[in-house]
Amino acid sequence: MTRLDLFLRVYLALIVGFIFLPIFVSLLFSFNSARFPTLPMSGFTTIWYETIFADPDFWRSAKNSLIVSACSAVIATFLGFCTAYTDYRYSFRGKSLFLAIILLPPTIPLIIIALAMLAWFSRVGMSGQVISIIVAHTVLTAPFAMAIIRLRLSQIDESLEAAAWNLGGNEWRTMREVIIPFCKPAILSSLFLTAAVSFDEFTVSWFVSGLNKTLPVHVLEIVQGTIDPQVNAIGTFVFAISITLVVTSQALIFFRLQRSAS
Amino acid sequence: MTEPLVVLEGVEKHFDNFVAVQKANLTIGSGEFIAIMGPSGCGKTTTLRMLAGLDAPTKGEVRIAGKVMNDVPAHARDTPMVWQSLALFPFLNARENVEFGLKMRGINPAERRTRAMNWLERMEIAEFAERNVETLSGGQRQRVALARALVTEPKLLLLDEPLSALDAHLVIRMQSVLTRLQRELGITFVYVTHSQSEAFAMADRVVIMSKGEIAQIGTPREVYRAPKTRFVAEFVGRNNILPGTVTAHARGTATVETDQGTFKVKGDAAVGQTASVVVAADMVQIGKGENTIKATVISEEFVGSMVTVFLEAPGGAELKIQLQERALADLDIKTGKTVSLSWATKDGHLLLEEAT
Repeated sequence: MTRLDLFLRVYLALIVGFIFLPIFVSLLFSFNSARFPTLPMSGFTTIWYETIFADPDFWRSAKNSLIVSACSAVIATFLGFCTAYTDYRYSFRGKSLFLAIILLPPTIPLIIIALAMLAWFSRVGMSGQVISIIVAHTVLTAPFAMAIIRLRLSQIDESLEAAAWNLGGNEWRTMREVIIPFCKPAILSSLFLTAAVSFDEFTVSWFVSGLNKTLPVHVLEIVQGTIDPQVNAIGTFVFAISITLVVTSQALIFFRLQRSAS
Repeated sequence: MTEPLVVLEGVEKHFDNFVAVQKANLTIGSGEFIAIMGPSGCGKTTTLRMLAGLDAPTKGEVRIAGKVMNDVPAHARDTPMVWQSLALFPFLNARENVEFGLKMRGINPAERRTRAMNWLERMEIAEFAERNVETLSGGQRQRVALARALVTEPKLLLLDEPLSALDAHLVIRMQSVLTRLQRELGITFVYVTHSQSEAFAMADRVVIMSKGEIAQIGTPREVYRAPKTRFVAEFVGRNNILPGTVTAHARGTATVETDQGTFKVKGDAAVGQTASVVVAADMVQIGKGENTIKATVISEEFVGSMVTVFLEAPGGAELKIQLQERALADLDIKTGKTVSLSWATKDGHLLLEEAT
């Protein structure tokens, strides 16, 4: 192993540690019986999980989070698919402008999107509702959906669609029988990834959710009030769901790429 | 008189300012095996796509079975195509691929399955029916593609360079599969290729295209032995082309004066007309004869039993002769040596050229 190799390995380990240690600590202390997170740990308990599962506020915000992430994932993936297909299939005047606008949201600081959304929703009388969070999250996640599905479409043999027409399928039938099945791994992957992004998104949710809190907003409110190990339990719970969604999404892309490469 | 199966009448196809096909007139009879041949960009694939309805002609008329097809969309035609890339559906297994056309026609699953299996058996790949097409070999995939196109029992099958991705030995095998199929089914095959050997081996008639225009239509023997234009003479086979002027004409034999000498050739022409003498490389012998030319050996190309010798004649014209490798060994031909070449007057071909 060269010096550079060693350096890069250590560097990578530090980055992974930096990202995952806080989460790991949170996981650890969510099972710690002491009220304050101090070492040495005082004993194993599930009391904090029992507390949050008994708290109706937690269930309300968990339900909101699930509804929001499911709905925005489906809508964002649908929009992402339509845009990706438009980009793949058609060329028209102003297409690059169109694509630039589509892919804009992730480049804007969240705080600005959040403020703009809040202002807009209160103007049109939609602030503080679950549907406002769904709309906001759809805007945020649709570009990711578009990118994943467009990548898949770039692997398609261009004759495939024409072959389906040639065998008697009209445009809609071909969409259903060829394009969608071909994109299926990417569509599933996009559903999982956009759901994950929506599920633990905090900034925009906090601005637009009002009384209909999502889980990350609920966590912040607990932290603001007291020091309470419940936060560790909720954090672990949110992390478990998100990481499952993300890993599933990545696995779908990875296995599909491997199969088409062999 | 019943109309031929396919008629192209004054067909043109323009893409923006680019003319892909022009002045295309072609009739294809029922049960014919037609090969459309030409270098890349000559418009052969565009012609095929117009038959399939994937491109609409800009001008002219495409008729299939007496019906004008210009505005009939691809999915409403029965003109299946075998694609260069094969375009098999990667998410379906072999049988489902074959069933696709039947499914689009609303045929029930049980019948679809029976008919697809029949075709897979006929193509000798029934054992792979449930296999993912991505795991099949090139030859097997080729057979799936053929079965998929033929399962609807069309009158016309379009093939777009279907053998270009196969190994040489598989190409020969598939050629015999294709000719046998075409004969057994009695349907029309329109086969696009840039490969002369594929076209000549299979087709009843060959259509040679160049720069969007049809240069010549004829049997493989006709286009090979009697090319109508310089392009065809150069594109097909290994021809020696000696341009010159007709200086005499009597009893169906013309005398043509070229930079390399004066030659006699069968054919009718007016005195003073610009013309070329075309002699196929395999018609030229070493030694003096009716038409003789002296040339210097430049190089040899050895391809098994046949050898092509390249020579330079006076005036810089390149000549080619094709000999049996056995015959060459006896002749003591070496690079740099000057030899006499000759051919019989009846073996030459007179190519009259339009003044351009």
